[in-house]
Parts: sequence; structure tokens; C-alpha cells
Amino acid sequence: MYDVVIIGAGVTGTACARELSRYQAKICVLEKEEDLCCGTSKANSAIVHAGYDAREGSLKAKLNVRGNEMMEQLAQELDFPFKRNGSLVICLHEEDFPRLKILYERGIKNGVKDLRILDREQVKEMEPNISDQAYAALYAPTAGIVCPFGMNIAFGENAAVNGVEFYFNTEVKGIRRREEGWELSTSRGSFRGKWIVNGAGVYADRFHNMVSREKIHITARRGEYCLLDHSAGEHVSHTIFALPGKYGKGILAAPTVHGNLLLGPTAIDTEDKEGTCTTREGLDQVLEKAGMNVKNLPMRQVITSFAGLRAHEDGDDFMIGEPEDAPGFLDCAGIESPGLTAAPAIGEMAAGILKEKMGLKEKTDFISTRKGILDPKTLEKEAYRKLIKEQPAYGNIICRCEKITEGEILDAIHRPLGARSLDGIKRRTRAGMGRCQSGFCAPRTMEILARELKVDMSEITKSGGRSRIIEGINKDSL
Amino acid sequence: MENYEIVVIGGGPAGLAAAIAAKQNGMEKVLILERDRELGGILNQCIHNGFGLHTFKEELTGPEYAERFIHLAQQAGVEYRLNTMVMDISPDKKITALNRAEGLLEIQAEAVILAMGCRERSRGALNIPGYRPAGIFSAGTAQRLVNMEGYLPGREVVILGSGDIGLIMARRMTLEGANVKVVAELMPYSGGLKRNIVQCLDDFDIPLKLSHTVVDIKGKERVEGVTLAQVDEKGRPVPGTEEEYSCDTLLLSVGLIPENELSREMGVELNPVTSGPQVNESLETSVDGVFACGNVLHVHDLVDFVSEEAEAAGRHAADYIRKKRKDQTEVKRTEALSEIEQVPLLTGAGVRYTVPSFIRPEQMEDSLKVRFRVGKVYRNCYVNVYFNEEQIIHKKRLYAAPGEMEELTLKKEQLTEFPGLKKITISMEEA
Repeated sequence: MYDVVIIGAGVTGTACARELSRYQAKICVLEKEEDLCCGTSKANSAIVHAGYDAREGSLKAKLNVRGNEMMEQLAQELDFPFKRNGSLVICLHEEDFPRLKILYERGIKNGVKDLRILDREQVKEMEPNISDQAYAALYAPTAGIVCPFGMNIAFGENAAVNGVEFYFNTEVKGIRRREEGWELSTSRGSFRGKWIVNGAGVYADRFHNMVSREKIHITARRGEYCLLDHSAGEHVSHTIFALPGKYGKGILAAPTVHGNLLLGPTAIDTEDKEGTCTTREGLDQVLEKAGMNVKNLPMRQVITSFAGLRAHEDGDDFMIGEPEDAPGFLDCAGIESPGLTAAPAIGEMAAGILKEKMGLKEKTDFISTRKGILDPKTLEKEAYRKLIKEQPAYGNIICRCEKITEGEILDAIHRPLGARSLDGIKRRTRAGMGRCQSGFCAPRTMEILARELKVDMSEITKSGGRSRIIEGINKDSL
Repeated sequence: MENYEIVVIGGGPAGLAAAIAAKQNGMEKVLILERDRELGGILNQCIHNGFGLHTFKEELTGPEYAERFIHLAQQAGVEYRLNTMVMDISPDKKITALNRAEGLLEIQAEAVILAMGCRERSRGALNIPGYRPAGIFSAGTAQRLVNMEGYLPGREVVILGSGDIGLIMARRMTLEGANVKVVAELMPYSGGLKRNIVQCLDDFDIPLKLSHTVVDIKGKERVEGVTLAQVDEKGRPVPGTEEEYSCDTLLLSVGLIPENELSREMGVELNPVTSGPQVNESLETSVDGVFACGNVLHVHDLVDFVSEEAEAAGRHAADYIRKKRKDQTEVKRTEALSEIEQVPLLTGAGVRYTVPSFIRPEQMEDSLKVRFRVGKVYRNCYVNVYFNEEQIIHKKRLYAAPGEMEELTLKKEQLTEFPGLKKITISMEEA
């Protein structure tokens, strides 16, 4: 019997897991995919929002600002990439200026620090590649960019190191109330827990509605993105937003912490909770609209595109709390933008609620820091030479485009909750995220995975399940 | 810090030929830095034959062709380091490289020959919408898995792109037991060699759909099917022409891109059409003493031409070093190298690019091979060369296509004896 069963190993679930692992409690995370960070958490804008977008008094606003505040220290503690690069909301026309002012005022009310409105000159000085049409901009120095995989994986690893058990390929099929707590039936057997934390992303409504008569509805809102090569990474240095509209923040252009340029997202509602395909219309829209605020975008430098599904709840705010008729079940539902930013604060809030309700006692041996995968490129020459002498795998480059070594890939496989698939390696090391999109390194990465996991290369998958790379052996059907 | 006269970046066919030529032209310390575990480059995975018709008058397989050059290199005393990745080259030719055995290396070169080859364009770069399942491969990656690992990447295959790699893989997959359903090609003509269309598609009854592209990819974990559609003259999908093909594999042969990350980082100017360095008649880039050859300079169709071009680069690099040494011991010449007259090679009608991009007539050898590609298929045409406005060459051709690199020869005296030569233009003319 677990004290807490968390559904979902995305950024919400793992943030809750990490915060809860501070306490003496038996905790597990159930995840239907093969790894951490397989849902919305791996397909978003990677933005740490300043906090002027959300409605005043909403949970989104409160947790956005709190998460933003926590991010710097957390990024250091848990060793994931975060950069406070600031953001600009561009107002192209004088008649739209009142809408910009509304954002500014809302930001002040939400507690966002250092917000300023800039005029055309100031905008152009800060970002020469902003459209010449720009009339004014809202400048938020506290906005930032983060590695979403890095954050999610860091939460997960740290939770695991502090005793949280993770069960992958484990899909929750049903939840039943028991005398003491709950019984969850899954694709891998049943689990008992006193409390459930619902961090199931686009599927959070499914689980909530299993336990409560007050139904909630989550719409999967698809956002499509295009990613540009490093050569475009300095086209802008701040995150560039358009004035928000009905469906969200609009299409942005943002540098990523890894030096790429990200364009997107669109916003199309779909009933298909697995609808992570990109579409012709969506991609066209991204490529078209991105150029409205930023000029001279080097469109020939697109290296890949992807789509993510936001979990939009009908009530348009985060739902963090117990349904009245389902005590012992904690929703963390409707976590759409600013979900990534708010994640640390959601974890904090959820853990706070459970601490009180369950009377949890703090651990004395909680390990609060975590070291990520060593990037030898950050070492001084002499230190790097020494490292290669001790561990020659760091002298063997596997992913040429991103210059990732075998040493990093081995680390990714052997650390807590290590990678077992090509995508798992990709999210932890960046191998395969470069210009050639794993064209050169995939066979070599597969070799390493097969060797380390002691399986045949033909069993290696892209992302678990049926996503095998190899279908057979030459001439096996002849 | 190690010192070499010539350091060649890449040990594929271009790097090998360049290094051999440098040695044969009097250089003592020539080093190849190769990032893979063996020399030979992409040839190692090209097990089909057809290589070496021009060079050896034989039809060799890729690995055999590579082996000939590896032997010559070893005999000539070319040094090489394998599993060694060049991380950086400074404009003053200091090379930082990495390998397991030696760690971080620093090598000072007097001249550098870029021979890094090219990479394949990916699905993402084409903005093909749909899911991102397993089962999508660039043709070269599939080739590596099939030819070097012995694995079948899929059984029901659709191929996008009728460039040579796509055509070759259509045949390879079929021979290993897969069912290649169709090859789709965006353009109204194939990008590959004519003989490959015959030997890889026609001979195996594999249909070729010109003016078609992939507009959707189905399957969340593994490819389940693709949707093909016809495209208009602008390459845009025509609504209503969609056709579904069930398959478990999509191979992409949609373009090769010269791998010039290192070149860019050291300030080498690139030609926007080829994405390779701009070079002069000596295959020297805009950075003094840095030369380029092979696929990194412009993507070739025949390895024989790569070897020829690379040999010239090796020769010129050796000349460059000898001249530089002479300049240092003799009285400084009054005219700077940059003041030597440079005649640009311009692309006229129907010509996409030329290599070189400009010529210094005084620096030419007796004859110079100019290579270029045409922008569309020509049947019965003329290749014209103009010096200023005067037509100097008017050569008949029965057939010219974008997928078959063209060449013509200019003689030094043609240029030096032409008064006031300001520009050379190459253009195509329909007959």
C-alpha cells in the first residue's frame, strides 16, 4: 500500500513526486509511456513566463509567478538549463496599444517585477530583428527559457534518488475506492494508495471523472512548432510574443537554452488525445505568422517540426485540489500554459496540501541536489584531457551535429531512471537533435543501447512499445 | 602542439585523393583526420558497383574503390587518425580535435584541405506534416543499417526522392526481401543517374511517380502508411490528388547538404546555391591556405570526379605551401595576392552554379576543369561560354540534366590572351 500514487511522469507528476519525496512516505509514479517526459512536457515552448498573461487571482497567475521565482535556485539545485533572457510582447499597431497596457497592468497586479513598456526605438535597440512595424512592446526581464526535458528528468531522477518508485509502461485503467484509500487497476497489475495525485495531462479528466460526480472536461489543444538550426539561434535574444488573442498567447519566436530558434505554437482544439501529428495548415501558419513580429527569419534553417497537446480545462484555470466528493484524490489538472513555469510551484502546493492532510513528517536525509549529465564541452582543456584519460568514452563523439560523446550516452543509460530508447537518449543528451536529425548517429546510438542493455540491436525502439527501428534481418523472408 | 604541412579534414574519397596528391607533390607531413572508425567515408556503405569507370576503367564497388585509394595513401606515407573528430579550426589553421586514445589534440597546419563530405536532408527540413513514428529513415541511414549491420529497417517501403541514394536503396531493399511499393519524386524529372532509373526501378518493376510528394505520415509508434499527392509547377500539393499507401517504412532521399559547419565557423564564405565554399581556380576558399574538394564543396554524382577534383586540391595546397615558403625567404613581392586579377564566373540562363566561382588567370594551370549543374532537363542544347560579351565556346549537347554534373575545360591562354577580361559567363541554350 502506497501513501501516495501519482498518475503521470510529466513535469507536473514529477514535480509533485520530488516535493513529496521530502517527506517520510511511500510514493510511486505510474506512467503509461516508457519514460519520463513523454507527453505535453516534451512538446511545448520551453518558456518560463513572467506572469502577466493569466487572469488576476487565478491559480495560473499565482503559481506562474511563484514558479518563475523558484526557477533559478531550482535550476542550480537540480542542474537543468535555465536562462532568464527576458521577453517582449510586440504591439504592431497603435490602436492595439490599449491591449498591451492591459497586460502590463495585469502583470503588476499579479506581482510580476520590473515590467516596462518600451517604445519603437527602445525595442529596435534591444532586438534589431523585430519588425520595423513594431509600435511598442511590453518588456518582462523576469521571463526566461528552460529545457523542459531537463527539468522533467531532473525532478524525476531526484524523486527516484529520494525513494519514489517509478513504474513505466503502466497505464491506469480504473480507480476504485477502498476502505483505506484507492485501488488502481493498470496494464501491469493493481496498485493501492491512500492518496492519488492526478498529474495525467490531457487524460486528467478521465481519471477525475472515475472518482467524482462533478465531471471535468479537458480538451487537447494542439500546438505545432518549427525548430531552426543553431545558425538561427541568435536571430533574437529575447522571447518574442505577439499580443495574445482568444486561443492563447499566439505564435512566438524564442531562442532555446540549447541555441536553436523555436517558432510556434498554433492552437487547434482536437478531441483526439493522441493527436500529436503536425498538419500542413498548422505548419504553414507557424511559418507565416512567425514573420509578423520578427523579420528576416532564415526559414531554410528549419530542421524539424513537432506538435504538443495542451490540457485545456473548460474552467480555463489550473485545478489543484480535492473534488468535494472524492477526498483523498488530488487533482493537478488542466495544466496548460503556464504549466511548465508553474510546475515547481504546483509541486510545492500539492506537497503542502498532502503534508497537512496526511500529517507527513519531513525526512532528515532528503537529498536536495542532483547533478545532471556532464557536458564535457563545459570543461577547461586540461580537465577535459584528464576526463578522457580516465573515461575514454568521453573522447568518442557519437552525435556529430551536437558533438555528444559516448560518455554522455552511457551516463544517460546508467543513471537513475536511465534511458532505454533512442528518444530517451535524445531527451537526456541531445543526441539526434541536430541538423541531420539522427541520420548519422542513430545506428551508433542503437549499438550502444543494445550493448549496455544487453539486447539485440533489433530490439531497440525509438520510444518504447511498438516503435522498433529494425524490422528483421536481411533476406529473412526469402 | 603538433605540426603538419597539410591537414586533410575527412578520410573519404576526397580526403584520400587530396592527401595522396599532396604527398606526390613533395609534401612530407600530410595528415588525414577522420571521425569514423575507418577510412573510405561513405563509400564503405555503397556496396553496389559502378565506381571507378573513369579512374580505373573498372566497375568497382564502393568499398573496393575506397580500398584502392587507402592503399595508395598508405604507400605514399600519408598519416591518418581515425575516430578523431575535428571540433574547431581557427582562421590561422590551428586545429582542435578529439579522440579516445589521445584526448584533446591541437594541430597546427600550414594548409588545410576541407573534405568533410555532406549530410542528408531530413524529414523535418522538408516540413512534411504527420506523426513522428519509428520507420522514417534517410536513405543513407537505411543503407548503413542494411549494408553494414545486416538489418532490414522495414518490409513495406515507400521512398520519397529519386536521387541516386533513393534509387539504389529501392533496389537494395527489394533484394533483401522488402516490398518497395513506389518511389515518389517532387520534380517532374528524376534527380538520379539515368542508369540507376533503369537498373534500380525499371528492372524491378518499381513505379516512379514524378511530380508527387508525401503530404502525411500515419502511425504513432511505427509508420503505418503515407499519403502521396501530386504537386503543381511550384511544388505545392494539389488538393484532391491524395493517395494512401500502407507501409511500415518511409525512406527519404531528398537532398544532400555539404557539411560546412567547420567552414562557417572559421569564416569561409559559402556559395548560397551549393552551400559549399566559394573557391578560386586553385580550389582555395576565401580563407588563405584553406582548400576544399569533394562533396563538401559541391555534391557530386560520380566519385571519379571527386577523386579528380581532390587531386587538384592536393596539388594546389602543396603549391601554396611552396610559394609561401619562397615568399618568406625572398624579398616581399610588391603586389599582394589579393590584387591579382580575379575574374568571376557567372551563371547565365539555365546554369545553377559553377565550381570554381572565380578564376585568377595568372594562377591557372595550363587547363582548368570547370564543373557546373544545369537547372532543368535539356534535350538538344548548347553550352555557351562568354568572355565579357563575346561567345568563346558554343558546344552542342544531346542531353543535360540537373542530376548529372557537367564539365568543360578552359585553357589558360584563352584567358590570358583575352584583352580586358572582366567576367566569364556560362549559360545554356535550347537548340
